[in-house]
Amino acid sequence: MTAAAPAAAAGTGLAPSGPSLLTRAHWALTDTLTITRRNLLVWMRVPAYIMFTVIQPVMFVLLFRYVFGGAIPVTTPGGYVNFLLPGIIGQTAAFATFGTAIALAQELQKGVIDRLKSMPMARSAVLAGRLVADTARMFVTIVIVIGVGYAVGFRFQNGAGLAVAMVVLATVFGLAICCIAAYTGLAIGDEESVQAFGLVWLFPLTFLSSAFVPISTMPGWLQAFANNQPVTFVIDTMRAMALGHAPIEANLLKSIAWLAGIFIVFAPLAVRAYKRAG
Amino acid sequence: MTAASPGPAILVEGLTKSFGEVRALRGIDLSVPRGTVLGVLGPNGAGKTTAVRILTTLLRPDGGRALVEGYDVVRQAAAVRRSIGLSGQSAAIQEELTGRENLEIVGRLYHLPWPQARSRAAELLQQFDLTDAADRPAKNFSGGMQRRLDLAASLVGAPKVLFLDEPTTGLDPRSRLGMWDIIRSLVAGGTTTLLTTQYLDEADELADEIVVIDHGLVIAAGTAEELKGRVGGDVLEFTVPDRNRLADAADAIARIGEGEPHVDKETGVINVGVGGRGSEALIEAVRGLDSAGVLIQGLALRRPSLDDVFLALTGHAAEEDEQDAPGRRGRRRPGGRGRKDTAKAAS
Repeated sequence: MTAAAPAAAAGTGLAPSGPSLLTRAHWALTDTLTITRRNLLVWMRVPAYIMFTVIQPVMFVLLFRYVFGGAIPVTTPGGYVNFLLPGIIGQTAAFATFGTAIALAQELQKGVIDRLKSMPMARSAVLAGRLVADTARMFVTIVIVIGVGYAVGFRFQNGAGLAVAMVVLATVFGLAICCIAAYTGLAIGDEESVQAFGLVWLFPLTFLSSAFVPISTMPGWLQAFANNQPVTFVIDTMRAMALGHAPIEANLLKSIAWLAGIFIVFAPLAVRAYKRAG
Repeated sequence: MTAASPGPAILVEGLTKSFGEVRALRGIDLSVPRGTVLGVLGPNGAGKTTAVRILTTLLRPDGGRALVEGYDVVRQAAAVRRSIGLSGQSAAIQEELTGRENLEIVGRLYHLPWPQARSRAAELLQQFDLTDAADRPAKNFSGGMQRRLDLAASLVGAPKVLFLDEPTTGLDPRSRLGMWDIIRSLVAGGTTTLLTTQYLDEADELADEIVVIDHGLVIAAGTAEELKGRVGGDVLEFTVPDRNRLADAADAIARIGEGEPHVDKETGVINVGVGGRGSEALIEAVRGLDSAGVLIQGLALRRPSLDDVFLALTGHAAEEDEQDAPGRRGRRRPGGRGRKDTAKAAS
């Protein structure tokens, strides 16, 4: 067995202590970027994904701006289109996480995650790369929605700095929902069920909020829910940042508390589901 | 450490794993010398996939221990991962990406610098006869090509030990033969290989040693020839076209064979081990069947196949599905789109 000897010797060089902490940190970063790149490539290759992430929010803007909007009385400066845009952006960020859950469930089902886990890559990279790619995708969608918003009459009223802050808040909000979605995708692990389950919690959460209509127009029992759920806090904050018609601080603090809570609960759950998956 | 020791490439002792009530592995021992191929043979649900998942660090065993290249799969999982390649039952490639992109990304995840990742991908595409299709999305590949790409991906890191979990399940017979050629050439290159299969001819064809697993236990081990020796001599086999006469035919030859004749109600095939009595048994069988008035086809005496071995060892044929492999939580089995179980029976 002459061939086996040098191979075995090479094995000893690498293995007992393993690579240094610094090397491992470097790998965690490059692996995450590799997975991010792969996920974005996949996204760009599938017309249906682009359709779902770009066309759908644009349709929502047009639908509410021109079809439902006339029937919804608001007091925000600039009328319903200004009320609507922060809401649509929040909803867009939340719905973009469907892709996260579905992609992870698919990868689990197909054995891609098994394959990746059997490789000497950083174990954190699959989830991290997924979140980075989906956040990037979400950001692109948000920018497109703002562009379309401008075309149909939306205007930021409160300066560029707070406009940027609004986009940042929307992205962080989307990332938090992404963690929930990643957890559901990995824990359920079946594409169709994940999709159905996504509708069950994302629809009520986004529509029973201040995203599309003033909560005061809802029946009292519904107001109780809508007034106290995180999507409302986040969207009210975004709206105040965009329009300057209301104070930001109270809602911002509630938003941060909720988002931090979501990260603290669901990020570890997602990591655990990933470790157990397969 | 133990890694440099000339011990076996894979060593498994008393490995156990349960999923709730289901005892998937009930104490398995394996030893695979470097540079050899171990065929792990067993029906669905026997525990093959569970064993592979433990050896590739995807699952923690409940008890026992497993070493790959001298590294413990639980305590030294990272070192194990640097030594192995895994190609599973379903092609774990990203269908939207091209064959080349798939391999380059895997190369990057093995921490090859970009130029090396590129050249390694090109080299493997060449080796697996995928160069022409390299820049097409993998979803346009045939089943056989996807499986080849998947196998290529498992080799990017030049593993010392390769795990092939049912590498030809679902492939048509032609692609299967192509896959066998590829696996043979890999093995000739000295890669230690653990191959699971439900196809007895596949183990016979590719493996140096075979272990037969059933219900989470190793029930037999040895070379293909040794296992065939377990049946003890020749097998008499014939087909009864009239299914209603199967029982009569079995009765007619019951006294000739050693042990009960095996009757396959679906195909009408009856076979029975006849030991060393060869042609004598053949004549008796013809007389017996003639006097019973049963019409038969293709009466023949043959050397035992691994099918016969499996039958003799377990009392049921290898391709008779029991339950789903619990290691997969029954999720992956129904198969992705376009996967057909054409290569069903073991010839």
